[in-house]
Amino acid sequence: MCKQRSFVVWAMGFALWMVVAGLLGVFAAPDAQAKEPYKIGAIFSVTGGASFLGEPEKKTAEMIAEWVNAEGGINGHPLELIIYDDETDPTKCNVAMKKLISQDQVPVIIGPSTSGTSMAVVGVAEKDQVPLIPCAAAKKTVLPVEERHWVFKVAGSDIHVSQRIFDHMKSKGISKVAVMTASDAFGASGREELLAFAPQYGIEIVADERYGPKDTDLTAQLTKIKGTAAQAVVNWSIGPTQVLAVKNWRALGMDNLPLYQSHGFGSRKNIELCGKDAEGVLCPLARVNIGRLLADDHAQKKVIMKYTEAYEKKYNEPISSFGGHAWDAMYIAVKALETVGPDRTKIRGFVENLTGFVGQHGVFKFSAVDHNGLSKDDLEMVVVKNGDWAIAR
Amino acid sequence: MDQITLTGQIVQYAITGLTVGSIYALVAIGFNIIYNVTEIINFAQGEFVMLGGLFMVFFSTVLGLPILPAFGLTIGVVVAIGIMMERFAIFPAKDASVLTTIIITIACSILLKGAAMYGWGKDPFALPPFTDCKPFLVLGAALFPQSMWVFGTTLVVVFVLTLFFKRTRFGRAMIASSDNPEAAQLMGIDVKTMVMVSFGLSAAIGAIAGIVITPISLMEYDRGALLGLKGFGAAVLGGLGHFPGAVIAGFVVGLMESFCAGLLSSGYKDAAALLVLLLALFLRPSGLFGSKEVLRMKRF
Repeated sequence: MCKQRSFVVWAMGFALWMVVAGLLGVFAAPDAQAKEPYKIGAIFSVTGGASFLGEPEKKTAEMIAEWVNAEGGINGHPLELIIYDDETDPTKCNVAMKKLISQDQVPVIIGPSTSGTSMAVVGVAEKDQVPLIPCAAAKKTVLPVEERHWVFKVAGSDIHVSQRIFDHMKSKGISKVAVMTASDAFGASGREELLAFAPQYGIEIVADERYGPKDTDLTAQLTKIKGTAAQAVVNWSIGPTQVLAVKNWRALGMDNLPLYQSHGFGSRKNIELCGKDAEGVLCPLARVNIGRLLADDHAQKKVIMKYTEAYEKKYNEPISSFGGHAWDAMYIAVKALETVGPDRTKIRGFVENLTGFVGQHGVFKFSAVDHNGLSKDDLEMVVVKNGDWAIAR
Repeated sequence: MDQITLTGQIVQYAITGLTVGSIYALVAIGFNIIYNVTEIINFAQGEFVMLGGLFMVFFSTVLGLPILPAFGLTIGVVVAIGIMMERFAIFPAKDASVLTTIIITIACSILLKGAAMYGWGKDPFALPPFTDCKPFLVLGAALFPQSMWVFGTTLVVVFVLTLFFKRTRFGRAMIASSDNPEAAQLMGIDVKTMVMVSFGLSAAIGAIAGIVITPISLMEYDRGALLGLKGFGAAVLGGLGHFPGAVIAGFVVGLMESFCAGLLSSGYKDAAALLVLLLALFLRPSGLFGSKEVLRMKRF
């Protein structure tokens, strides 16, 4: 008897709870779940070898998603940001991409972080016809444009960097240049563009030196350069060798040959490691790195300062140009959803015709023949002065 | 400034080659000490160099200690790591074959590299030079004071080690336990202690190499493998187990690299060094200075 009664009490309690829950649901539905969420898919290399890219990218994208939702979402639709970590592994990146397309059914995907992982998924974007906005630099992600219908990239390219360096050299009357590059993918790509564009600028490459990315000394290469007619040196590498290049260049007393570094040098950490030796070293940087140096009336000043201040406040670490890529990709996706809604084909069309979008890395002008939308003018030549960047004249 | 003359260039390549070669020589000596006592090739030798550099950065830059105490502490810590590696990884496998033990050292090197990445992160670190003065000019080539430190340290290490192995009872006991462990044991030499000491000594020499090279080349967690490889090349070229051979071979590899980078193409630099190694081994499999008789007696 007793058992039966308690069962009845339980059953009644459960029924009551169901009714209350149902009523709550009916009343709650109209305000919180007014409109179905808009989704943005993201793949970043948050861990693994390229975590220095993926980490700030993820943080930036999350920060923007919070802002958008705090301001009431996109046209009233809450924004749902789905981030997968590919662990810097092209295979895992590919799996994440397919999951975003078929399981999460997102209308647009931002990322991946590296050239390697991006190349592993551009084919999927083409086949499944999903707009993809990688944060990687390799030009092959958007070229040839006939085969990259659905892919748009937001990172500048080595072409722009080498053009910007040669522009600056020409303005200084330099015509004979020595090139030294690391023998890894980053250095090799830079070397290719430097050698390809030099003739167009009437610049003669008088030395073409390569070294291993883990080399401990570059004096041999620089001594050889010293023996040529070079008027300037370009070093194109990442990691410790770009610091070695500066130290050895200074120690060999080569101050009369200006040293240009690639955009890989654009971290304050490098200036710290070089110490006094870095004074006078030149490098072309995206403006996101130097927001505080820009004139107040510069088109990008406002958006870069907003990012710099908000990111530094929220995460208590300096911004990086990589996080800037995520900012650009994220806002392009948000803008597309706002204008055309969650339709893959319409989003693709919107991004391809997007011009005048002011982002962290420049003012983007996409077109049917240019899925990058940046140019050499989106880079600023900076020089190290008193242990900090200054805009080079 | 005027362009540098060919003589100046050649002097510069020689200076660079000898500086880098000194480090290869020190790494090669580290290989030899352990090899002489145990017949093991310790592939974590490059990691000792990396740890030496990074601990020196920690003690002198982060804790702000003066050079000498930092130098001593760094060596102490790295020696402790070397001895711990022997006690916890090599000693328990004392009945295993030489090859198995060598593979254990590879595991240790991966572990040390991973731990360093965890502790220091992936960024490179710099150290100020020991003496802060302008490079001297020799025939138009720049000679950095730190290069002299590297060079001098190598010579001192070689001199002290030679004395130790030739003249002291302890050093001779170490040599004896490698020549014939059983006979040495019967003569009252504690072979187990000798093996442990050999790891400690190698770690100390690796640490010294790391400390003196860091002001020139910076140091980061994954630098060890390549230095270890080049040092191994030098050790083999000089004849495994042969100390003066290791030093000379270290300089040869360093000079080959720097002259190839300067006079031919820097792209072929690593290939040149390895080509010399291969050629030498084809013509003299026991290395430049090793003897065939000794080689035949070794198990590996």
